[in-house]
Amino acid sequence: MSPGGRFGNSSTGPALAVGAGLTMIIALYMMFLYAPTDSVQGPVQRVFYLHLPMAWIAYLAFFIVFVASIAYLVTRSRRWDQLARSSAEVGLVFTTLVIITGSLWGRPIWGTFWEWDARLTTTLILWFIYLGYFMIRSYIPDQERSMRYAAIIGIIGFIDVPIIHMSVRWWRTLHPEPIVTQSGGPAMPDSMIYTMGVALLAMTLFFASLVYQKLLVEQARDELSDYQVVESDRQADAAERVTA
Amino acid sequence: MRSLDKVFAIVWKDLLTEVRTRELVVGMLVFAMLTIVTFNFSFDLTGIERAPSGAGALWVAFIFASLLGLGRAVALERDRGSFDGLLLVPVDRGMIYLGKLLGNVIFIAVVQLVTVPVFGALFDLPVYQPALFLILLLGTLGIAGLGTLFSVMAASTRAREVMLPVLLFPVALPVVISTVRATTLVLTDQMEDLVQWVNLLAAFDAIFLTIAFLVFDRVVED
Repeated sequence: MSPGGRFGNSSTGPALAVGAGLTMIIALYMMFLYAPTDSVQGPVQRVFYLHLPMAWIAYLAFFIVFVASIAYLVTRSRRWDQLARSSAEVGLVFTTLVIITGSLWGRPIWGTFWEWDARLTTTLILWFIYLGYFMIRSYIPDQERSMRYAAIIGIIGFIDVPIIHMSVRWWRTLHPEPIVTQSGGPAMPDSMIYTMGVALLAMTLFFASLVYQKLLVEQARDELSDYQVVESDRQADAAERVTA
Repeated sequence: MRSLDKVFAIVWKDLLTEVRTRELVVGMLVFAMLTIVTFNFSFDLTGIERAPSGAGALWVAFIFASLLGLGRAVALERDRGSFDGLLLVPVDRGMIYLGKLLGNVIFIAVVQLVTVPVFGALFDLPVYQPALFLILLLGTLGIAGLGTLFSVMAASTRAREVMLPVLLFPVALPVVISTVRATTLVLTDQMEDLVQWVNLLAAFDAIFLTIAFLVFDRVVED
């Protein structure tokens, strides 16, 4: 395991944070004031401007974990593991938010908080897989091994996503279809599409900013634990010299 | 086929150890039976709708018994230090995985060999069918394929009993869905849909076994 370099430079963090903040303000304005109220679903439809971008981010986050995990196993450079764990943590938070916002929308529109359809079930199982990802990290004392095992879970977990989706869809098609209130309204007006586009951009920048900040924390944490190891070695040597 | 000999040597070692100590199969068997009996009190397994619930109960019993056996098998090897010895043997690590996998499949199959007839008798379901035999084999291969990999990973964590199900259940969900569906179809005599579920199950097995075979090397590299 090599200590590895860092991602980005000193201006990356502030630039991402300012960019995310500004686009988020514009996105919030468009979400609540610019976009028209849905004629069928009413104001509750506006949660989609958050829900859909967050779902996209959740899957993007786990894709980054997948790529960084492969890169870690190939290069054994610690910075890839730092990227994987930062992205996984933010991804887990976003997945939680996707499930919550989806349920909040589902209750008034579907009449229920939860449906066992393919998309919802896959997201829930994904949530459990990445929970396991963090559990195995915290239960392995040896740092190198915990990075290696986490990378394996990160790879298997992501490959599993389409397989789970497919199996749940097949399982569903042989069951009676759930009765869902169809929103048979007209196609989305342009203003709604623009709002969704800006919301997607804002959420992506917000995600990048969060992952970057998390990455800085993880790098600092690893460096600190390096110093602690060196320091405890030095103290052990000193104690040996005293006794000798 | 020299490498096949090595796989069989590992299987033979595990079988011989089990025959002499009887630490795994008996425990798994009693556990599987008790799970099925307990299910009788949680679901109505006597009515007309007993086949779908029964298929679910049967597989929950097998999965729980497998978890018990998989975890115990690795724990025994680690405690005796024989796993480190196995890793020192100059064979490809993939062969060690296949050997352990085959041993685990045999242990689970022995449990099924006893449990399935008892299950059929207790709930009056038609279990003596060649299709069910195939489904049991494919389902066990899928569960044990992932389970062998995850049990070795979980064994080196501080909470091994907790980590194995946490890792295995969500990842193995496709195998569980397709085996339970296929078993239900067999027990309710709906043969026309069966082929696609068995194909799906075989495909999941192939995917998971390939992945596990490839990454096992990375799990045991120290």
